[in-house]
Amino acid sequence: MDSRPSLDERAYVRGGETQTAVKILVVGHFAVGKTTFIGSISEITPLSTEERMTRAGEAVDDLKGVKGKTTTTVAMDFGRLTLSDRVVLYLFGTPGQLRFVQMWEDMARGALGALVLVDPDRLADSFAVIDLIEQYGLDYAIAVNRFDGTPVYEEAALRDALDLLDDTPVVTCDARDEKSSADALITLVRHLLDRAN
Amino acid sequence: MTTPDEQPSEAPPLVRPYVITKGRGLPDDEQLSLITLVTAADDEQRRPTRRLTPEEQGLLELCAAGYLTVAELAGHTRLPLGVVRILLSGLTEGGFVIVRPPVERASLVDARILEEVLNGLQAKFG
Ligand SMILES: Nc1nc2c(ncn2[C@@H]2O[C@H](COP(=O)(O)OP(=O)(O)O)[C@@H](O)[C@H]2O)c(=O)[nH]1
Ligand SMILES: [Mg+2]
Repeated sequence: MDSRPSLDERAYVRGGETQTAVKILVVGHFAVGKTTFIGSISEITPLSTEERMTRAGEAVDDLKGVKGKTTTTVAMDFGRLTLSDRVVLYLFGTPGQLRFVQMWEDMARGALGALVLVDPDRLADSFAVIDLIEQYGLDYAIAVNRFDGTPVYEEAALRDALDLLDDTPVVTCDARDEKSSADALITLVRHLLDRAN
Repeated sequence: MTTPDEQPSEAPPLVRPYVITKGRGLPDDEQLSLITLVTAADDEQRRPTRRLTPEEQGLLELCAAGYLTVAELAGHTRLPLGVVRILLSGLTEGGFVIVRPPVERASLVDARILEEVLNGLQAKFG
């Protein structure tokens, strides 16, 4: 008998031998709703994984040569959506902290695009994240995650404040709701397709 | 399937990553990206030259029943991503696992994949 806890059959990627895995990033500042968003829409219980960082922000994969330096870990969480026998979509959530360069490079490499979650009450907190996404050359859409009691925002003012391009989509979304989250994702993918064509 | 002869491990082992990876260097990032799909190879493809470590054995057992991405393997084992990559690169070299890296980005490929993603999302949630 296997002594290790084995995974449920559904944990595995259906049709893995023919699948193309793709990823979209879900980004935004702390507590904006990234984990909630991924949990609402993922077919698996979201997982998280971590990279070890030295204080300088370099990822370390072993402790050789970093003895004595303080290391911290940074977690990213992710979920999965099997969309067909050919495409399986992964959603990776991460806080926008520039100092975790290695993690950002891992996340951004090959990503189709990014959904930027924004709280209209804390617009300034989103600047750094948007800068980072642009720096990595990723196309994105803005999903305004309206928390209870958040005043109704003016889209024009928000576009102005975030300095968005005219064709960058802005949608409202409740990250706790599957349909609302899916709609935000669909808006992003439509935009990415427009850009690709 | 062979029965592992090591003790069942509940919690992630408290071993320095350097020890777990036996000091092997970093694998190619492209080859073992977060979304590279991994599965166990057939017995005849394996070229055992040494005894697998408990961590390698654990990874191999996890992906014996199907495909998982590198990120999922790290999530399920609770090993740091860098460690999982190094272990997987050793397992790949030994013919124990097969990896399917994601397709290269190219605008034509992207448009086709994006169509597929859009259709899939609409079918699922529309
Ligand atoms: N009212 C409301 N609360 C939300 C929404 N999205 C997330 N939250 C809550 O905000 C808190 C932080 O969300 P979380 O997903 O952990 O944020 P993260 O740090 O970006 O991953 C949690 O308590 C969520 O339940 C939303 O759309 N509306
Ligand atoms: Mg979170």
